[in-house]
Amino acid sequence: MRRLDSKIPSGPLESKWDRHRFSEKLVSPNNKRKLTVIVVGTGLAGASAASTLGQLGYHVECFCFHDSPRRAHSIAAQGGINAAKNYQDDGDSVGRLFYDTIKGGDFRSREANVYRLAQVSTQIIDQCVALGIPFAREYGGQLANRSFGGVQVSRTFYCRGQTGQQLLLGAYSALCWQIERGQVTMHPRTELLDLILVDGQARGIVARDLVTGHISAHTAHAVVLATGGYSNVYYLSTNASGCNVTATYRAWKHGASFANPCFTQIHPTAIPPGDAHQAKLTLMSESLRNDGRLWVPRAPSDYRSPGDIPSADRDYFLERRYPRFGNLAPRDIASRAVKVVCDEGRGVGPGGQGVYLDFSDVVEQQGLEVVRERYGNLFDMYHRITGEDAHQVPMRIYPAPHYTMGGLWVDYNLMSTVPGLFVIGEANFADHGANRLGASSLMQGLADGYFILPYTIGHYLATAKLPSIPDDHADAREAMRLVAARIHRLLAVQGRRTAAMFHRELGTLLWNHCGMSRNEGGLTSALRSIPTLREEFWREVMVPGSGESFNQELEYAGRVADYLEFAELLCHDALHRHESCGAHFREEYQTEDGEPRRDDGRFAYVAAWEYREGAVPILHKEPLAFEFVPPTMRSYQ
Amino acid sequence: MKFTLKIWRQNGPHERGQFVTYEANEVSPGMSFLEMLDGVNQRLLTQGEEPVAFEQDCREGICGSCSLVINGIPHGPDQGITTCQLYMRRFSDGARITIEPWRARAFPILKDLVVDRSALDRIMQAGGYISVNTGGAVDGNVLLIGKDQAETAMDAASCIGCGACVAACKNASAMLFVAAKVSHLATLPQGRPERASRVSAMLEAMDREGFGTCGNQSECEAVCPKSIPVRFIANLNREYLRAGIVESGLPSESQSPYAESS
Repeated sequence: MRRLDSKIPSGPLESKWDRHRFSEKLVSPNNKRKLTVIVVGTGLAGASAASTLGQLGYHVECFCFHDSPRRAHSIAAQGGINAAKNYQDDGDSVGRLFYDTIKGGDFRSREANVYRLAQVSTQIIDQCVALGIPFAREYGGQLANRSFGGVQVSRTFYCRGQTGQQLLLGAYSALCWQIERGQVTMHPRTELLDLILVDGQARGIVARDLVTGHISAHTAHAVVLATGGYSNVYYLSTNASGCNVTATYRAWKHGASFANPCFTQIHPTAIPPGDAHQAKLTLMSESLRNDGRLWVPRAPSDYRSPGDIPSADRDYFLERRYPRFGNLAPRDIASRAVKVVCDEGRGVGPGGQGVYLDFSDVVEQQGLEVVRERYGNLFDMYHRITGEDAHQVPMRIYPAPHYTMGGLWVDYNLMSTVPGLFVIGEANFADHGANRLGASSLMQGLADGYFILPYTIGHYLATAKLPSIPDDHADAREAMRLVAARIHRLLAVQGRRTAAMFHRELGTLLWNHCGMSRNEGGLTSALRSIPTLREEFWREVMVPGSGESFNQELEYAGRVADYLEFAELLCHDALHRHESCGAHFREEYQTEDGEPRRDDGRFAYVAAWEYREGAVPILHKEPLAFEFVPPTMRSYQ
Repeated sequence: MKFTLKIWRQNGPHERGQFVTYEANEVSPGMSFLEMLDGVNQRLLTQGEEPVAFEQDCREGICGSCSLVINGIPHGPDQGITTCQLYMRRFSDGARITIEPWRARAFPILKDLVVDRSALDRIMQAGGYISVNTGGAVDGNVLLIGKDQAETAMDAASCIGCGACVAACKNASAMLFVAAKVSHLATLPQGRPERASRVSAMLEAMDREGFGTCGNQSECEAVCPKSIPVRFIANLNREYLRAGIVESGLPSESQSPYAESS
């Protein structure tokens, strides 16, 4: 049985991180120069980590599959980034951000990690201002804030509806500086296809040059994965099409435990799906819920146009069910409430898959100008996609897979169960528990990359035995051979169906059985269907061209192949968790009025799964102790 | 809807390319331009042909990956959007649509509609940043930045680095790209200490990469998916002139605490 040592420092919550940093061993400047760290991924976590490690004096080899590190999917985050600055003097504090995050995560995250996150949140804003991020300002020149779902204070900093873009471009600019200084070597258009382990330690990666198809081994003293989440396992999601599980899944097969994979966030406010050709779902920022009101007709099959439905015939269902938080209820709760009214036949738009998000009240109260200034770009985006003007008719929205709280298990130092393999950002599981609050992913990505990993990796590098290894080490050669063989195998099938067909089929299966609500029967049937689909894939998939060239279909097929395996892990986790918590809603475990029923007695643990070849993965449990915030029924009513 | 597509196909950077005509059938008006191309590619695949290579990722107009010249216009006929935000309802049924890659010496074609835009990254590496280390930053509210100033910086900072400005320019100039970054950072007090060296280094890098110079035709602004105005190019020129004066050793006009030590 694998022991999961979370390495949480003892002592008072407030001083854990400070004392831990002091007790960590440091690497001397002379020795940093001799150490190489591989960072895979250049989103907020990866770019901030790579640039900071470079600045500290390590040599960094940084990889991304995009043509430029600036294109990572963090760029698409719209709403904002949380920090416990309390600039509004509305009662915010590190303690409150910590509490909100623990509660928002439905008591399935580690107190020590979350407290640290809340602590460094204030430094992130300062750092970002120093980097030139053009945050929104008040007329007096101070930083502006807005409120976001699941909390009662205004602690969200933002750059119009493009906060992720600006934060990423800031981290990218820091990365550019380190590339210019020669501290970071950037490998764009290069995809990780496997890890290299030597004597049980992560010592490198095998990567494929996406232009030439050349497969190469890169060795280092430690490897950092910042490769994002796996929402695209559902095929339709708000993620960019390139987002994939390959890096973390490969690491899992090498012994890194995968934690809480079933905690997948379905975001309430996406534009509803259109036709069968649709390739992605477009998110409308959660910030819209600050002023927009969600409603559906009170009666099923009410086909009047929204303007003709008087308020007596409208059901503002979030305000009704959760009067205290109303339209700002957390994402998991809002999404499920949308699903409930749509399942009752009260959904609006094609197929009844949608609810109204209505701005008419705020326009009346504050004027069109104010609303335009706040949300203009989002209204434009909505208009382009749907052809409708949200100033005239209410928006229609529907939930969509958006973010994955699950990820590779890491200890307090952000190291996985494979020594030397660190995992940061969305790729790890650490801070959001069973549900992430809005504007917290940007915070976590930058906390990990700028302020946490650069410390904790130093301790590992200072204390681990790391003999030097050549790039053509036997283990590296073997890993390259396996990667080449797999590519050859994909190309050799020469079947009749495209990778997209399998991906769509898998996505539909998971959305139906392991989506917003789950039950034993559905999960069991999904676990029967997935292996069949996977076998069909390897018998029927068609990948044209060769491995020695620019071949987008080959890249895609490889990612779909990993999703077809990973999906099983997702369902195993969802099946074993006999409770409803956060984003994981098991129909068998709900109260009479449809609220989730959490089971702290049996399930207050992190489920960390260990890979077993050809067998059901092994479950390891990291118990979660709540010393500072006693778990309560999470109520937003 | 049905369309006849004339698409540029080219196997590699050193091979000859050519237009190939394809039919796109069963297109619905609510499909995005890229979803329409997905459909063409799915059909090509099932016919055993190589699909058309093109770049895309976020499909919501922010990552800057997509890059098609549609009927002669980068990102297509509508202003202020990227290719992925273009919907087929914009075209009339039965239309012929020509699809080409960005064309510029500094953007070699890798395959079909995919070009190498790493020259833009190298311009950024030459100076598109503020050299501050992680940690030790002062409180964010210590620097008061006026709302207008912050908004101007944000207008410039909204560049997504797609390269449409280059593709639209007769001179294949990257002036709007450089102007956006220089203006963003020069507008903010944090960016002022490196103001002079930044603009010089970035413009030198632009020349080195083989981009041309500005011809004052404003094609770049017209195709910019973020509608970044050419007044930032005027600002770039002013910054460059100012840098020349600073570098010549004359005293800088600014007496603010963020002025260069010149």
